[in-house]
Amino acid sequence: MTSYRLQGRGRVDHGKPVNFTFDGKTYQGLAGDTLASALLANGVHLMGRSFKYHRPRGVVSAGSDEPNALMGTRRGPGRFEPNTRATIQEIREGLEAASQNRWPSLAFDMGAINDNLGSLFSAGFYYKTFMWPRAFWDRVYEPVIRNAAGLGVSPTEPDADSYASRFAHVDVLVVGAGPAGLAAALAAGRSGASVMLVDENAEVGGTLLSEPTVVIDGQPAWDWLAATVAELDGLANVQVMPRTTAIGYYHQNLVGLAQRLTDHLAAPPEGAPRERMWKVRAKEVVLAQGALEKPLVFDGNDRPGVMLASAAQTYLNRYGVKVGDRPAIVTAHDSAWHAAFDLAGAGAKPVVIVDMRASVDPALTDRAHALGIEALLGRTVTGTAGRLRVTSLRVNRMEGGKAGEPRDIGCDAVLMCGGWTPCLHLFSHTQGKLAWDEALQVYLPGRKTEAVQIAGAGRGLWSIAASLGDGANAGAAAARDVGLEAEAPVFGVAADRTGSGITLKELPTDRDPAKAKAFIDFQNDVTAKDIRLAVREGMRSIEHVKRYTTNGMATDQGKMSNINGLMIASDALGKAPPQVGLTTFRPPYSPTTFGTFAGYHQDATFEVTRKTPIDPWAEANGAVFEPVALWRRAWFFPKPGEDMHAAVGRECRGARASVGIFDASTLGKIEVVGPDAVTFMERMYTNPWAKLGVGRCRYGLLLGEDGFIRDDGVIGRIAEDRFHVTTTTGGAARVLNMMEDYLQTEWPDLKVWLTSTTEQWAVVALQGPNARKLLEPFVEGLDISAEAFPHMAVAECTVAGFPARLFRVSFTGELGFEVNVPARHGRALWETLWQAGQQYDICPYGTETMHVLRAEKGYIIVGQDTDGTLTPGDAGLTWAIGKAKPDFVGKRSLTRPDMVAKGRKQLVGLLTEDPKVVLQEGAQIVADPAQPKPMTMIGHVTSSYWSDALGRSIAMAVVVDGRERDGQTLHIPMPGGTITAKVVKSTAFLDPENRRLSA
Amino acid sequence: MLLIHCPYCEQDLPELEFAYAGEAHIARPADPSKLTDEEWRDFLFIRTNPKGVHFERWRHVNGCARFFNAVRETVGDKFLATYRADEPRPDISSLTGDAK
Repeated sequence: MTSYRLQGRGRVDHGKPVNFTFDGKTYQGLAGDTLASALLANGVHLMGRSFKYHRPRGVVSAGSDEPNALMGTRRGPGRFEPNTRATIQEIREGLEAASQNRWPSLAFDMGAINDNLGSLFSAGFYYKTFMWPRAFWDRVYEPVIRNAAGLGVSPTEPDADSYASRFAHVDVLVVGAGPAGLAAALAAGRSGASVMLVDENAEVGGTLLSEPTVVIDGQPAWDWLAATVAELDGLANVQVMPRTTAIGYYHQNLVGLAQRLTDHLAAPPEGAPRERMWKVRAKEVVLAQGALEKPLVFDGNDRPGVMLASAAQTYLNRYGVKVGDRPAIVTAHDSAWHAAFDLAGAGAKPVVIVDMRASVDPALTDRAHALGIEALLGRTVTGTAGRLRVTSLRVNRMEGGKAGEPRDIGCDAVLMCGGWTPCLHLFSHTQGKLAWDEALQVYLPGRKTEAVQIAGAGRGLWSIAASLGDGANAGAAAARDVGLEAEAPVFGVAADRTGSGITLKELPTDRDPAKAKAFIDFQNDVTAKDIRLAVREGMRSIEHVKRYTTNGMATDQGKMSNINGLMIASDALGKAPPQVGLTTFRPPYSPTTFGTFAGYHQDATFEVTRKTPIDPWAEANGAVFEPVALWRRAWFFPKPGEDMHAAVGRECRGARASVGIFDASTLGKIEVVGPDAVTFMERMYTNPWAKLGVGRCRYGLLLGEDGFIRDDGVIGRIAEDRFHVTTTTGGAARVLNMMEDYLQTEWPDLKVWLTSTTEQWAVVALQGPNARKLLEPFVEGLDISAEAFPHMAVAECTVAGFPARLFRVSFTGELGFEVNVPARHGRALWETLWQAGQQYDICPYGTETMHVLRAEKGYIIVGQDTDGTLTPGDAGLTWAIGKAKPDFVGKRSLTRPDMVAKGRKQLVGLLTEDPKVVLQEGAQIVADPAQPKPMTMIGHVTSSYWSDALGRSIAMAVVVDGRERDGQTLHIPMPGGTITAKVVKSTAFLDPENRRLSA
Repeated sequence: MLLIHCPYCEQDLPELEFAYAGEAHIARPADPSKLTDEEWRDFLFIRTNPKGVHFERWRHVNGCARFFNAVRETVGDKFLATYRADEPRPDISSLTGDAK
């Protein structure tokens, strides 16, 4: 054990050593250590390199506000996390940690050259440096910036861990388990309210863990803490959750909690989730998040060994670690004096306490003298020295408001305190307003928008006694607000160490301020002069200053930097801080893993996969699948040795030559029923329905009220008052929503009922010249001869013993049937037809062949050949409009001036000059390939395939005034050269007379 | 995530169950053919988009599936009232007290 660990001190278990590695070297810490405290115990201060200048950095804080000590941590394959805060991560046996942002090593980093090129990287350097020449944007700047951007390395393997999530509803949620939070939980818990008390640290107690000398109700702080935790644990209505960060505070008291479950365990239980996301709806919220200590802003305030005074106090009292033997203390607040006294009491020899204030409470200076610590008042600090660890501090007298003679003071640590900032991040998430307190020089909570109490240091109360009392009142008030009787417990506190201080901008210096590296945002390497430069260059709003300098934009969300940045910006602008304002805090409070947000939604449960009843057959028969909306559909059925092109060609030939079988179950289906069903259909769809006979089908076209095509599908009239509507696979829910909207809100007088039946029917399509011959023997109760059951007929009957709705329809141009049976019979029907179809060389085909077959006939697919800007006229579908109908959804829009103007894009066919060339879908079309760039694009290819039946490629496209261009040659510029193609007005490439489907 | 009161289910339920459906109280004209191009354009596209009190439609799509109307304050993003589709616009002044 090193001399930095103090035997018997702290809350760590001195009997339980724990081995871990940092940059490959093995170290020993104690159970209860964080990575940071264990490294400090080993005398290691250098823990990382800064983002931009690659400056050597040590740990600054002891909490989640840490900007510097960010490390990669690993636990075997797939379990790597970048940017782990060493101040939060508990050590465990075998933990592997590695420093970041350095090459080749942490002590010698080539990137540190940036530190000497600082003038190149001033505020706004992205905007200034990477402007010109234009040609450098893609090839030089972007790769360089991408390479240099980002701290840490993203994991490349899939996350091997699992994550969990849970909802909870409580009366009172208390965030932060320091003195105020504990007192609030006690007050509310004793009233019988259901209480959840959460804290981001490994154990509850907050400041009490770092202040063991305080006496509460006659007990030393840690005894009182143990008794309080025992009481809370004993209350069945109270749940205490350490290692749980409240990451976001949302409407109506919904708070997101990220709970760390296994990262602190040497051997997590098999299958245990790593983290859990809680969504807690609380009737009342108590925010007791405490306050964050601010650094002082002076040249060299980022050297390893320079840290917050409160952090040194925490390392000493909670972890039993001395951060140095000869620390120097620089402060603008009383609290740092106590850190010095505690260190002196533990055997360190603080060399000096430098206070920026000209006078302080004499009790402090007396105590310093008694302990033999030199105290210097009314001074400024103008620099530090030391390469990888601070070795001296430069202190100047203040003379007439200016820095005077300097003096170097040797030291091995610098503990700084620039005062305290109430931690109001969560409060700000709710649009709670902050109010500047002139006396305290801090922002305090102002107007509230939620049922919330803020307690303790978050309200600017710096002492433990005040925080306990305030928390007790807040907890009791919250309990009363949920209708319970509650009393605020009263605590007697002795040996409390209250204090006050001042808020400063950067410290005055006798050196050239333009050369000072006085850091505000340590993680993003933002200095005081960057803020002043931003103001000089015209930034007036604090939001602009933030974005121009990146101050507060690092993963610590400005916890340390926000107020210092504001003080300097407001000084530069010559305005008071409240006039300059504050940037907005947004969730999450601290970085949260993607896994926690994903929860159970990973792998197979990331998204629903809808499968048809016939899907298992397709899988067993070698189908390749493609996703269509949430469905997985058989794409094609390759035989051994076949690629997609060969398989699709064979499937097309099979369907056109004999008979193909296709699973059409994913078609959206809506049952429209009721005495007013026909009226409803007349109003919704463009087509006329009144005269459609029972037992007949019609192609239906659905527009939006804006006149653009929304959906289409074949619709059968099953009875006078019953329609079987089909929709596109992806459009089913949208169409039903639209129908419900009109039915409920525009025409509530219509007696119509709408039911989604998509998943109730399995649909087997038989397409091809032998379709009838195959199907006929299985049909009972219906004559399906060409005369009795013509194209676009529908009937209810029995097929292969199953009740069925049989449609004679075709999406291929062949003689075709679609057999709808209750979903549970779909597989059996398919197998029956498959067996019987062997005599006809029946060919199962997938969606790709379906697409080719329909394109050969020029049938559109809504969403592929249309894009929400095509009218029926544009798509060549005016024949589907009921001209005599007085109204239907979208009708009025079809006569708006722009809808009938020339220059609209129209759907046409395209035949490439070279029949072997298949165009790319989405390719842009130009009239003149010789025109200068950028060329005028007059349309694009919407569908394009190799047609086996035609022995050439075919394509559909939307082209400006396309139908007038019949016979014209157009050009499709592609990376490999320009392709020429001829426009054909009709998209019916095959059998335009429809002889085949009428067979 | 907001809690939304469904006026048909008469329960406060999480936002996840609901879908927004645009501004409320814009009735489809009984005979669109009687409207000028400008009037029809306004019906299709022109919306108030206020900063403040907004009357809007929601659907309890993952619940009772009914469309209903709501009054929401767009700055604080809070619901002041919800009411059935066939009910008249509530009086705003009675709703814009200091909402808790």
